[in-house]
Amino acid sequence: MSSTIDYAEVGLICGLEVHQQLLTERKMFCRCPAGRYTRTHDGEVLRHMRPTLSELGEYDGTALMEFKTKKNIIYLLHKENVCTYEMDDTPPFLVNQQAVDVALEQSLMLNCDIVDEVHIARKQYLDGSIPTGFQRTAIVGVNGRLPFRGRELSIVQVSVEEDSCREVSDRGHLVVWRTDRLGMPLIETVTGPDLFTPEEAAEAILLIGRVCRSTGHVRVGMGASRQDVNVSVRGGRRVEIKGVPKAGWAVRLVHGEAVRQVNLIGLRDELRGRGFTTADSIAVTSADVTGVFAASELTRLRPDEWERFVKTDSRRSGFELGAGEYCVRAVRLRGLAGTLNWPTQPDLTFAHELAGRIRVIAGLDQAPILYHSEKWPDYRGALQELRKIRSVLQCKPEDGVVVVWGPNEDTQTAVNEIRLRYLDAIDGVPNETRQPFPDGTTDFERILPGPDRMYPDTDSPPTAITRERVQGLKVALAPRPWDREARYAAAGVPARVSHYLIRRGGASLVDRLVAQAGADLKLAGFLIGERLKGLRRAGVPVHQITMERWLELFAALKERPVLGEAWDWIVRPMAESPLLTVREIVDRKLHGPEPADWRAAIPTAVEAVRSRLGGEDRPKLVRASVRGLVRALRGRVPMKDVVAAVTAAVGGHP
Amino acid sequence: MSQTPDPLKGYRGRARETLTRFGVRVWSDVHLENDTGSRFSGVILPRSETFDDLHIVIKMKNGYNVGIHVDRVNGIAEVGYKEAVYKIPEKEFPRQDSLPNVTLLGTGGTIASRLDYRTGAVIPAFTPGELYGAVPELADICNLQTKKLFGVFSENMSVEQYVVLARAIGDEIAAGVDGIVVGHGTDTMGHTAAILSFMVQSSPVPIVIVGSQRSSDRPSSDAALNLIHAVRSAAYCDIAEVQICMFGPTSDRYGLLHRGTRCRKMHSSYRSTFRTIGDIPLAIVGREKFTYLTAEYNRRDRTRQVVIDPVYDDRTTILYYYPGMRPDVVDAIVEKGYRGIVIAGTGLGHVNKPLYPAIKRAVDRGVHVVMTVQTLWGYVQMYVYDTGRDLMNLGIVPLENMIPETALMKLSWVLGHTDDRGEVRRMMLEPVAHEITQREPHNGYLIMQGGLPEIDEWIATHWK
Repeated sequence: MSSTIDYAEVGLICGLEVHQQLLTERKMFCRCPAGRYTRTHDGEVLRHMRPTLSELGEYDGTALMEFKTKKNIIYLLHKENVCTYEMDDTPPFLVNQQAVDVALEQSLMLNCDIVDEVHIARKQYLDGSIPTGFQRTAIVGVNGRLPFRGRELSIVQVSVEEDSCREVSDRGHLVVWRTDRLGMPLIETVTGPDLFTPEEAAEAILLIGRVCRSTGHVRVGMGASRQDVNVSVRGGRRVEIKGVPKAGWAVRLVHGEAVRQVNLIGLRDELRGRGFTTADSIAVTSADVTGVFAASELTRLRPDEWERFVKTDSRRSGFELGAGEYCVRAVRLRGLAGTLNWPTQPDLTFAHELAGRIRVIAGLDQAPILYHSEKWPDYRGALQELRKIRSVLQCKPEDGVVVVWGPNEDTQTAVNEIRLRYLDAIDGVPNETRQPFPDGTTDFERILPGPDRMYPDTDSPPTAITRERVQGLKVALAPRPWDREARYAAAGVPARVSHYLIRRGGASLVDRLVAQAGADLKLAGFLIGERLKGLRRAGVPVHQITMERWLELFAALKERPVLGEAWDWIVRPMAESPLLTVREIVDRKLHGPEPADWRAAIPTAVEAVRSRLGGEDRPKLVRASVRGLVRALRGRVPMKDVVAAVTAAVGGHP
Repeated sequence: MSQTPDPLKGYRGRARETLTRFGVRVWSDVHLENDTGSRFSGVILPRSETFDDLHIVIKMKNGYNVGIHVDRVNGIAEVGYKEAVYKIPEKEFPRQDSLPNVTLLGTGGTIASRLDYRTGAVIPAFTPGELYGAVPELADICNLQTKKLFGVFSENMSVEQYVVLARAIGDEIAAGVDGIVVGHGTDTMGHTAAILSFMVQSSPVPIVIVGSQRSSDRPSSDAALNLIHAVRSAAYCDIAEVQICMFGPTSDRYGLLHRGTRCRKMHSSYRSTFRTIGDIPLAIVGREKFTYLTAEYNRRDRTRQVVIDPVYDDRTTILYYYPGMRPDVVDAIVEKGYRGIVIAGTGLGHVNKPLYPAIKRAVDRGVHVVMTVQTLWGYVQMYVYDTGRDLMNLGIVPLENMIPETALMKLSWVLGHTDDRGEVRRMMLEPVAHEITQREPHNGYLIMQGGLPEIDEWIATHWK
């Protein structure tokens, strides 16, 4: 069982769900401003969630699981960015048509077929991320395709939906959400399972990102686009890695999940080999062993340590904490010795799978969440204590032991979850949603929801999408990224730069500069795609420069290309002093056009430098002289001419 | 259901034609292909009759619904049939002899509900088994039985339902239950609570009216918690009166018991919409206990004999006065044969002078005219200004601090007993269930003004 695998051999398949926030003024179902984030709050609401039936009369599995977790949910409110809609105290207003338009436009960019009548559905989420308990979502496009690596990447569907809350904390049974992001419109683009390596997954994320951003009608920046990566291997099942923030993360995450699934299939075969095939065959019993650890050197398990934890971490009974007295519970896993250390993800074992379920469902989240017999900590008295609990549990050598601790009721929930996770293991890979971490690992988040969680939104009427509306959007559609990339490449713009331009919205500016100011595409691509970065990083508000001023600058550049050498000197005041014209800036910052007599002044300047420096280091003399002349001549005389003139004045051999 | 259900439920005109042409029906599992070759696989859903006749709705395999324009349908092939059975899992409600017996009387509303495909709206439905399936906590509280009296939205509640409801409550009390819960839509819950306060007097047990502001088809619904609070109140609370039990704050924290005659829905959609007007609520229903906020209530007493007095005359109305109201409105009401008018007057209980002759004509014709205040809080005080004294001279009865809807319910009930002017006056002014109180406590009027620093500070540190 190794961490290196041949993806083709194991049958790795990936698909994506790419979420992209849309650039609208207001939220999707209320009139709150979109994109206004706050770090503080001025109101709180406490809620709980209960599962409801789907339209076809079935409970969703995830929903039931999340109900079991008995979460207390607190929403943080700020008057600036939420109203009573986000609190679920007001029904939705009619859907924001600006959001629908942008979503339709995105669907067209993705070569989708637009649906004729958009129906808003409710997608249940009982984790509290949405106060209603469901996300309002609707399919707007289906059946799209994108050119990808010489083949096609299929787009199954594009839906427009409201964004969820941002998690502030999740401790025990209490989860806290901030509501500022809630209700902002976004689109979810679902690809077919057409990706076969981790690198392809990352590349496809970037491609879809460029398609979305080609319009300039989507949000950019941290959190504006997030993707779920669906992964399975042959014999495994679809696992959703949720909320991957950057394309680059996908490589390690997909690899890790492929390895995990291969290993879980191995564990399945091992369990079946040992005769574990039915639900009854998994026998899990437990006992309260709090007393064993009353004075243990494994201080984590001592009641006094628990009291200290409850106090310092301010865990309130009935909120963060479940019911019951403190309990250390030892769990006997009959005939399952050796499975706790079974490898799963690179550097992780099956015990980590158990810990994830216990953390989420039983609400026991004090690290390390569990101890187990195959990696018992090393301390004085360790063996005796382990032997003691094995004897309390009447363990045989072929049995495994897990220990959990916390409020009694939660430890019992944990025991049941351990049993359920082993039941899943008999079956191989359970359908799960997993949360990614920067180190490339993932942890259990919830059971993967199915279609049973979908429910029509009785508060919102369907919207018919007329052919005229679609035509209107088609006419004004931005160029597709692959078309643009080909055009830019032909003009000599490097792929890296054209990707950046498309991603950051600079490409439409470049296109207009070429079309309206007659700018050279390669030069405009370089200046906007490369030279603007430095200023932006330095905090210069370049986004405030209007299209008119850009056109003015590029018209001036066409007339006097040398101005390009003074780019920063001109663009910075353009951004910072919106009242000055480009001509005024050029005049003030550059002291006018090329001086007629500049060559005559060079020898004097060189002599001054020579006498200051002394010695005869000619390259140094040239550099210092040019440096002295830059301030007066940049943007007025091509620098290469200045260098040539200085070199000539320095004299001697080059 | 004797009628054969329409296999093309809700589809009209061209959409119906298209479905017929391809030989498919509602609940058919189909592959539908459109003119650009996109394929939609899933179940054909019923269509709301209020929608157009140009689209066919399919629930796709992933659970989403989409509508496909009939002009774009190239072909539909049926591959199966899957009728949805929307049903809350029904389990037999367990019985424990040690627990109190509570009867839940259903009138409709959203305390328990399911989807209606015809309108796309939510329709009420419940049995004890369904309720137990949806809210298993109820079994720990009491032995619950349910009786569905009628299934109407609360705006359709009327005299007929009030009478049936009052009698049904009498029957349950006679049968010896420990408490009664009435499931009710929230819109006119206040009206029903008021009329029941008059029709059902000196009850030995609590009568608790409950509903929900978010329908029970939503995970965040307040229905389950409201029901738990109401059933607990009916089973254990000491207040043997007609009460409304709904959320105190909008958070899932506690319910409040409001007196039936003093309670009003004050927000169109908030969970915490019900407020006691001009007084404080009776009690807080917490998770573990009741916190009584007053000692002034009828205690639970199984020996007390209930009086069921289900009379009602619906020839009554509320006249919500506004500046410049023309007197012919009053004349029209009288001409149409109304017998009672509740005026919701301005300020302390006023209307403009041009109305006086019309009011006089009404009174002369035997119509009973009473005065309440549209400010909701505060007393009618017609001695303060000349206008008030003039009005009283015309024969208008000032109803102290009775809220207008309660006054309408009471006047309708009183007119079911008598037409005698003196008797009507006496009955209207003699409180039956605190519809008039002698004193208004200073915390009986609290509409905190948001934006004030001290209020915002309080809000920021408490769960709303």
